[in-house]
Amino acid sequence: MSFISLLWVLLLGSLLGLELIGKVPPTLHTPLMSGANAISGITMLAALTLIVKAEGNVPLLIIGSVSLGFALFNVVGGFFVTDRMLAMFSRKPSNKK
Amino acid sequence: MNLPVIIKFVIDLLAVLLLALGIKGLSKVKSARDANRLAAFAMSLSVVGLLSYYLGTSGIAIQSWIWIIIGSIVGSLFGAILAKKVPMTSMPETVALFNGCGGMSSLLVALGVAIFPISSGQENFDFFKSLINEVSISVSIFVGAITFTGSIVAMAKLQGWLSTPGWTQSKVRHFVNIVFAVASLIAFFDLINGNTSSIWLLVMVSSLLGIGVTLPIGGADMPVVISLLNSYSGIAAAAAGFVVDSQLLIVAGAMVGAAGLILTQVMCKGMNRSLVSVLFGGSLSAQSTASSGSGEYTNITSCSVEECALTLEAANKVIIVPGYGLAVAQAQHTLREVTKKLEQNGIEVVYAIHPVAGRMPGHMNVLLAEADVPYEQLKEMDVVNPDFPATDVVLVLGANDVVNPQAKNDSSSPLYGMPVLDVQEARTVFVIKRGMSAGYSGIKNDLFDLPNTSMVFGDAKKVLNDLIGELKDLGVGEK
Repeated sequence: MSFISLLWVLLLGSLLGLELIGKVPPTLHTPLMSGANAISGITMLAALTLIVKAEGNVPLLIIGSVSLGFALFNVVGGFFVTDRMLAMFSRKPSNKK
Repeated sequence: MNLPVIIKFVIDLLAVLLLALGIKGLSKVKSARDANRLAAFAMSLSVVGLLSYYLGTSGIAIQSWIWIIIGSIVGSLFGAILAKKVPMTSMPETVALFNGCGGMSSLLVALGVAIFPISSGQENFDFFKSLINEVSISVSIFVGAITFTGSIVAMAKLQGWLSTPGWTQSKVRHFVNIVFAVASLIAFFDLINGNTSSIWLLVMVSSLLGIGVTLPIGGADMPVVISLLNSYSGIAAAAAGFVVDSQLLIVAGAMVGAAGLILTQVMCKGMNRSLVSVLFGGSLSAQSTASSGSGEYTNITSCSVEECALTLEAANKVIIVPGYGLAVAQAQHTLREVTKKLEQNGIEVVYAIHPVAGRMPGHMNVLLAEADVPYEQLKEMDVVNPDFPATDVVLVLGANDVVNPQAKNDSSSPLYGMPVLDVQEARTVFVIKRGMSAGYSGIKNDLFDLPNTSMVFGDAKKVLNDLIGELKDLGVGEK
C-alpha cells in the first residue's frame, strides 16, 4: 500500500468514527467507552505481525509476545467487562414479564 | 494477486464492516449487547485473517507459534479474570487499566520495529519511505507511552492510591510539562536524523509527560481524561498500523480515536467543562477555594430517619437523585429495597439521572441496572426537570454538585451554567450525606440552606437500611 492510500484510509476511518457516534444516550456512555477501548486493542495484529516476521530473533519475539499479551488483556478484558455491563440492561424486560 | 492475498483482503473488509456495525450498535440500548459480541467476533476474524495470510505466504515458524501462544494465553487469562471479578463500582479504573495496556502494546510494537527493522522492502530503500516509517514509529511510541502512563495514573487516582500532590497545582507543572514536550520533540528529530538510541529518550520523556499531564487533574474530571486517553489509544493503534503497514489497524484505530473524541466532548458538555480547562486548569477545587470560602451554611435543618420515613409514607410522587456517594457506599441494592416498599404502597418512584451521575457518564445506569431497577424508571435530566414542582419528596443520595442551584442562580459561581437537576422545586428535599463536606467541585451547595431541605446525616447504606426498618414499622409495603 502506498503512503497516500494509507492516509486516505486514515481519513475515511476517522470520518466513519465521527459519524457512528452521533447520538448516544448517556446510559450507554460507559459501555461504549469500554467497548471502543476493547477495539483499540486491535494492535494485537501488529504484535502478531512482529512475531511472525521476527525470523528467530529472540529479543524481538519476546517484545512481540509481551505486546500481544498486553493487547489481548485489553481486548478480552474489554469485551468481557462490556458484556457484563450490558447484560444488566438486557436482563430487565424479561424480569418484568 | 494470489489466493492468500485475496482471502486476507476479503476478511479484512468484512472485519472493518462488522467493527463499524458493532460501534454503531453499541450506541443503542436494544442492540448494544449483540453489537459488543459482533465487535468481538470481528476482532477474532481479523486474527484468523492475518494468520491464514502468513500461513499461505511465508509460513509461520514453530518458534513464532510458541511465542504467540504464550502471549495470547497470559494476556487473555488475566484480562478475563479481571473482567469477571471486578465490582461494577470500579468500572472507571478498570477501563483505564485496559486502555493503558492497549497503549503499551502499540508502544512495544513500535519499539520492536525501531530496534530490529523488519526485513521487508528494505532493498528498495528510499528516503521518503524511511521518513514515514520513522515518523509513524515516533508517533506510536509518543502516544502509546502517554496513553500507558496517563491511564495508570488515572487508575491509581481513582483507586485512591495516588492523591494530587500540592506542587502539581502550581504553575510549575506547565513548565515541567513543556520541558517534557520539548524533550520529546528533540528526541523525535534526533531519531529522524538516524540516531536510533534517542528512541529511549523518547520513551522516557513521553512517559513522564503522560504522568505530568494526568497527575494534576482532579477526581471529578478523571472520566473525561479516561475517555480522552481511550481516544489516544486508538490513535496509537492507527500509528502502529502505519508502522506495520496494516490498513485494518489504521481504520479500526482511527474509528476508535474519532469516536473517543466525540464521547469526550459529550462528557465535557455534561459537566460544563471545556476540554482545555480539564487538561490545563488543574483540579476544580483548587481553583475555586477563593470563591467558595465566602459562603458559610446558615440554615441547615437536620432530621432523623424516622421523620424522613413519615414524609415518604405520605407522599404520592418521589424522585430519587442518586450520585457518586451511593456508588461508593455500594448502596444501590439497599436503595432498591426502599423503593420497592414505596411502590408497593402505590407511591410513584422515579430515578433522576444526571448525565454525569456516578463516576462516569452512564455509570449510574449500570449500577442501578445491577440492582434490578427497571429501565423505564430511570429518567434523564431534561425529561425529569419539569416534574419536580409536582413532586412531594426528593431523596438526594450522595449527589452534590449536580443538585446545586448555584449553577442556575449565581453567575459568579464556578458551577454557573452547568445543567443541574431542579430538586429545590419539589415540596420536600432530603439530602442523605455523611457530613457537611463539599462535593467534587469543593463548592458550597446552596440547596442545603433552603427551608424545604432537610439533611439526614449518615452513611448512605446505613441510612437506607434504617429507612427500611422505619417503613416496615409504619406498615409501608405490606399488603
